[in-house]
Amino acid sequence: MDSSRRRVLQFFGISSLALMTRPVYNALATEGHAEKSREHIKRGEKALTAKQWAMVIDTRQFESVEDMEPLIEACNKIHNIPHFEDKRHEIKWIWEEHYHNAFPGKAAQFLSEEVENRPFLVLCNHCENPPCVRACPTQATFKRASDGIVLMDFHRCIGCRFCMAACPFGARSFNWRDPRPFIKQTDAKFPTRTKGVVEKCNFCAERLAEGKLPACVEAAEGKLAFGDLYDPDSEVRELIKTNYTIRRKQELGTEPCVYYIV
Amino acid sequence: MLELAIKGTKRYYGWMTFLLVIIGIGFLIYLKQLDFGLGITGMSRDVSWGFYIANFTFLVGVAAGGVMVVLPYYLHDYKAFGRITVLGEFLAIASVIMCLLFIIVDLGQPMRIFNVWLYPTLHSVLFWDTIVLNGYLFLNLVIGWNVLEAERNSVHYQGWLKPLIYLSIPWAVSIHTVTAYLFCGLPGRGFWLTAILAPRFLASAFAAGPSLLILLCLIIRRITNFDPGREQIQSLAKIVAYAICVNVFFFLCEVFVAFYSNIPEHMAHLKYLFVGLHGKAAYVPWMWASFSLMAVGIILTVVPATRKNEGVLAVACTVIFLGTWIDKGLGMIAGGFTPSPLHHVNEYIPTLPEIVIALAVWATGFLILTVLFKIAVGVKEEVA
Repeated sequence: MDSSRRRVLQFFGISSLALMTRPVYNALATEGHAEKSREHIKRGEKALTAKQWAMVIDTRQFESVEDMEPLIEACNKIHNIPHFEDKRHEIKWIWEEHYHNAFPGKAAQFLSEEVENRPFLVLCNHCENPPCVRACPTQATFKRASDGIVLMDFHRCIGCRFCMAACPFGARSFNWRDPRPFIKQTDAKFPTRTKGVVEKCNFCAERLAEGKLPACVEAAEGKLAFGDLYDPDSEVRELIKTNYTIRRKQELGTEPCVYYIV
Repeated sequence: MLELAIKGTKRYYGWMTFLLVIIGIGFLIYLKQLDFGLGITGMSRDVSWGFYIANFTFLVGVAAGGVMVVLPYYLHDYKAFGRITVLGEFLAIASVIMCLLFIIVDLGQPMRIFNVWLYPTLHSVLFWDTIVLNGYLFLNLVIGWNVLEAERNSVHYQGWLKPLIYLSIPWAVSIHTVTAYLFCGLPGRGFWLTAILAPRFLASAFAAGPSLLILLCLIIRRITNFDPGREQIQSLAKIVAYAICVNVFFFLCEVFVAFYSNIPEHMAHLKYLFVGLHGKAAYVPWMWASFSLMAVGIILTVVPATRKNEGVLAVACTVIFLGTWIDKGLGMIAGGFTPSPLHHVNEYIPTLPEIVIALAVWATGFLILTVLFKIAVGVKEEVA
């Protein structure tokens, strides 16, 4: 190898090494500040706070899919969720499932007819040990330390869909194509997404920051309760204390934060 | 040594042109995918990985399979393999490049790929997979190239290569182990949630990789003046025979555990693949074909008379390569996603654009492989 070529290669080698030091430095030196920079939803003065947000769904109060539609519609509307005819491209944050799909493994051969026909509301469980966060190679999905919500950074997601494989609840959707033409009415208060990124329920982090309850909870008129799992006096704790509740796939150890009164 | 790759026969240029045409068509369709999104594939909300990730997984195996010529030569001083180690290393290079391309074409936002290194995430297996794959590519490039150049100059290769060569052996195991960990560490995916996944991946890798290498050696002998050697091919064939037996054995262990324990979530995936579930059965003929091919492969490579006949051996290697490809490249990924964690059965069928893009990635790999093998064989012919 002639010496000038060698020099050029050395130059590029050293330059690329130098470029690599920055992320390494950032990862090591800014550990403490990293959390601050991820708080991209600014909190208002009236913001609702919790150690770990949780939801209790009183499934007894849902008799038919019609009872759920206002909740689902409220979520779809404010989060700019597109509607696709092709089921493959579907985006779902909160939706309805049969008991044996919401709770596979818990469905007995013979079951209360009423429970079997009752619709079950499913959404992201905002697990305390979220496997999706563990899987994400870019921290585009992360568990917010301040209140335990599992959030998505739509601008960092590379669309590898590892989180979708990791989620045992099928809570995540991928934008298989540009969703914007399929949004009935765009709400300018919430970002629309681009093709190629994953999305899911965010427990209405943007509403909590303004002091409002999640849209589905508001629309449910008491059928859903929302509160701090670690506040012994919260409404959710009260309901869990006084009712027998179940969680989806509890045996997997992800510690889902959505409880169901059956 | 690159000059050896640009002096070739008409047949060589014809083959390269053929590959370039496939790459070109695939690239155009990839531009379409970039524009429209991954919706042009058959993947869905329930089956969110498909043909790309499946081929990626299979090719990680082929890349790791290269170690089956490196290990006996450098660790056990099995001299015969000295003739073909560089072929194993170059096959690994081409395979790893295909792996990386399959990852890129599978990303929803490929232009953000460097986020993986901008925000290094130690708890993500995918982060480690990029490290081990790129590391393995680097090791094989440095080792293969320098050892070949030393051979051309009739000198011993540089001393500093030795530690890298030793490192490349466990590294080969690591690439397929980490790739298996992508799948087997996920809760709620019963089909993959098995400690034997990494060993099973390695077993099928050590069958598929050396099978392809045998076929390539037979082709090289026919179309060039370099003979990789009968002993070498026979030794590789024995490796293939053991590995394919172990692969099928591991699979049968899976079947026993799922069906004797009778746990529905573990049985459901195997049922879907081999007999169909809820009326969906697209993979059933493929899976039975896969295991029939592997069974034929076992018979032909284990029986000495058939293994020693190189014509029959070529057939055996072809059926083993195809059988392991269907097993890993079709069944492993689709089977893990079906039924979904909510027990819905939504079948995944790759679309034509998806298949063409995948073919173009394979063509790119074979283009690189042809260039590298052309150089290697050119050097071998020179020194002979």
